[in-house]
Amino acid sequence: MRQLLLALLAKEPAHGYELKQALESIFGSAYPSPNIGQIYVTLGRLEKDGYVRSVDVEQANRPNKKVYYITAAGRESLENWVEEPTEGPRVRDEFFMKLVLAPMTGLSDRMALINRQRRHYLSLMRDLNELAEAADPDNRVALLLIEGAMLHLQADLDWLERCQEELP
Amino acid sequence: MTATPVVRAVNLVKIYQSGRGLPVPAVRGVDLTVEPGEFVAIMGPSGSGKSTLIHLLGGLDTRTSGEIWLDGQRADTLSESGWAVLRREKVGFVFQFFNLVANMTVADNVELPALLAGASPRHARERREYLLGALGLTDRAAAAPAQLSGGEQQRVALARALANQPRLLLADEPTGNLDSRNTRDVLRLLGEVHRQGQTIVLVTHDARVAGLADRVVCLLDGQIVDDGAIVKRRRRPGGTAGDVVELHGR
Ligand SMILES: Nc1ncnc2c1ncn2[C@@H]1O[C@H](COP(=O)(O)OP(=O)(O)O)[C@@H](O)[C@H]1O
Ligand SMILES: [Mg+2]
Repeated sequence: MRQLLLALLAKEPAHGYELKQALESIFGSAYPSPNIGQIYVTLGRLEKDGYVRSVDVEQANRPNKKVYYITAAGRESLENWVEEPTEGPRVRDEFFMKLVLAPMTGLSDRMALINRQRRHYLSLMRDLNELAEAADPDNRVALLLIEGAMLHLQADLDWLERCQEELP
Repeated sequence: MTATPVVRAVNLVKIYQSGRGLPVPAVRGVDLTVEPGEFVAIMGPSGSGKSTLIHLLGGLDTRTSGEIWLDGQRADTLSESGWAVLRREKVGFVFQFFNLVANMTVADNVELPALLAGASPRHARERREYLLGALGLTDRAAAAPAQLSGGEQQRVALARALANQPRLLLADEPTGNLDSRNTRDVLRLLGEVHRQGQTIVLVTHDARVAGLADRVVCLLDGQIVDDGAIVKRRRRPGGTAGDVVELHGR
């Protein structure tokens, strides 16, 4: 969330509610609509860290609103975020840890764990199918986000099958 | 539920015996009941017996032992011609390798099953136009199968299997040769006919296809190791649809 807000502010100064609307219109239904309180908390932290500043703008008949803008330190942090490679797939997969360790402790057998996990992935996929159907067909960003989640799930399922084949 | 199951397999076994080699037990004691309107995805590693099972259910291969009932009718004891009649009346089948009639156009391939089943030419044509349209194949209607790409042939095979609105749709990897856009058309059509009440049993590795199903059956070494509902996840209170992506994205 921090970097998303910084990126939007690098484009133009904005107040909290405008940032919420911008996130919603860019990512569509594929991304959880951010809670306005969370946006203000994040802006507060960014301000404390010196990445953004705010000015009070007077409004007729309404309380002042705070407009935020990015600082040089904020821009530098954003540049670092953009430039550094993003974390790859998980090597320490939590499900795999369960799969290896649980049978040793007699807590569960592998078949049951794999079956439960497969059903879980498929119900996630079911939700994604519905999400894709409901998404605005013109919002490529949202559709690609959904497709990415689907491809990850496919890889998870394929790997599950490999675990089922290889582990006794 | 007192409705007659569309499929009932009881202790189904298939052992391949090729020449003087060792017998291969491909399906080892499968019990499976599919109710009207259900959508069942069969999954499992390569060689686990998925194709064999679905071929047995469609009468394209003979069982070694066990029973198969389709729509209340005992099927495993039928002769080859008895099976042919039953299939024509009740089953649409999408093979892994299409099996289109080579010297007929795409349109005729799709209309044929409906015509054989006694539909009027006009009804057969309308159904064909609807199915080819839904699968993005309208402008290929006059082509011969050999002029089509693998993905196009696979979609024609699906259209043909659905031409009759069969009691049961059986399919073996129906998106195996498709790119992601064509897969989307197939997904949409499968979802649509399923909502209209079509009973579907299909083999798939594609998680998007399996995600449309109500139930997953998982095979390993010719046996069912899991059989259960694919439930919709309960969302967090106040959550939005987008939570799915966030929770799963990394
Ligand atoms: N016609 C056949 N003759 C001999 N063995 C076969 C034949 N068809 C399949 N098998 C064997 O039966 C097993 C299950 O095959 P199959 O049903 O094709 O699995 P899947 O579709 O899950 O990959 C495999 O070991 C395969 O080699
Ligand atoms: Mg197969």
